[in-house]
Amino acid sequence: MRRAILAVLATAVGLVLLLSFKPHEMTALAQRPAAVTQGDAGATGGRGEGPGDGSLGRDRDHDDGHDDDDHDEFDDGDGDRLGGGSSGAAGSSGASGAADLTGSWTGPGATAGATSGEKTVTGDSADTRWGPVQVAIVISAGKMAGVKVLDAPANNHRDIRINNEALPILNEEALSARSAQIDTVSGATYTSDGYIRSLQSALDKAGL
Amino acid sequence: MTRHVEHVMGTVFSFDVRHDDGRHDDEAGPRVAAALAEAVAWLHHVDAVFSTYKPGSPVSRLGRGEITLADCPPEVADILRMCESVSRLSHGYFTACPGGRLDPSAIVKGWAVDRASVILREAGLPDHCVNGGGDVRLSGAAAPGRTWRVGVAHPLRPGDLAAVVSGHDLAVATSGTAERGAHVLDPHTGRPATELASVTVIGPDLALADAYATGALAMGGAAREWVEGLDGYEAFAVTAAGATWHTSGL
Repeated sequence: MRRAILAVLATAVGLVLLLSFKPHEMTALAQRPAAVTQGDAGATGGRGEGPGDGSLGRDRDHDDGHDDDDHDEFDDGDGDRLGGGSSGAAGSSGASGAADLTGSWTGPGATAGATSGEKTVTGDSADTRWGPVQVAIVISAGKMAGVKVLDAPANNHRDIRINNEALPILNEEALSARSAQIDTVSGATYTSDGYIRSLQSALDKAGL
Repeated sequence: MTRHVEHVMGTVFSFDVRHDDGRHDDEAGPRVAAALAEAVAWLHHVDAVFSTYKPGSPVSRLGRGEITLADCPPEVADILRMCESVSRLSHGYFTACPGGRLDPSAIVKGWAVDRASVILREAGLPDHCVNGGGDVRLSGAAAPGRTWRVGVAHPLRPGDLAAVVSGHDLAVATSGTAERGAHVLDPHTGRPATELASVTVIGPDLALADAYATGALAMGGAAREWVEGLDGYEAFAVTAAGATWHTSGL
């Protein structure tokens, strides 16, 4: 039986980690395009940043970049919204984290007025450990209406896998983020009492 | 879709079976109901054998030295062998005897969930998700063309998610301090492990992922490099300070 399971598992390549994705942030989504629009100026200013800049300060330069939210999968996870100095401790491999940039969606910039009409905003090319990634976002009537991947790595098997698996998922993420679409929750083992206040309990109820 | 919630092993198991007969739960086919009944019966069997809270369970009696391993159901030996293997692999950070008392629970729950998943699969229900108190087995797909999406509970902000893992045919196990405090001991110091608030291990086998997550929590920051060396397994962690890291395969 174990062997049968493993045979099935060998085909399971879709392993994706999307950092800093919170259901309760969905309500703030209507404000996101404002942050995107604001980020536009910063994005054009930051363009042309050379690849290979893996310094821990890199993500600061992207702070206004609207595309960074979509790059979380390429982040090594050092960033954190609490800003707890994690980068230095954990930045031993790969590019530095961009997860803290999700804060730019919901930070002070997010409260700026939304624009109307349709507009395409091209993000900075972000250096990931697998190579540069660049996306463009279409804004219509002040809301994010589409995401397009302009540049993505295609060097080795892992990169191809990421292109095939992760980027489409990233697109979907940006477009359907209004509904969190979480099927289940993994967390520290809860007791029967703890279950009552758990997210899983809410999901179980919602599905009944 | 059929859901079932079962209180067993001191926690709650949630079943989410996706089947396309398009009918409401109440009218779900007897096939689904029968498979769920079998899976639930299995969980209660595991509880009866492995519970450390039931003084009369074989594992409790084995721990007190009242019976030998040969007197126990054969799966007890299987589990203890697996514990021994993970204990070696984790340089002793995972142990079947945390605090000096036989308690293989950290591997049993994941193992029980995986077997429950096999029961459903063999009953012709390949698309399902079984969540055993926060340890998750994904099988098949959530819907045609849509992978399962597992939220990782944020250990420091109740109700929030720290990450979303998406995939199919995966095991996702999390060990952390959010629900029961710093309950995992560093066996080398005897003190509670507090460096990491939670560790989520993702891989093919939930029994191992469950045990690896427990060992990784005990290990603290060194767990990152350790899981990097585990073939087929990846980890995502939130530190006590709220920082996060994950291994390179994610």
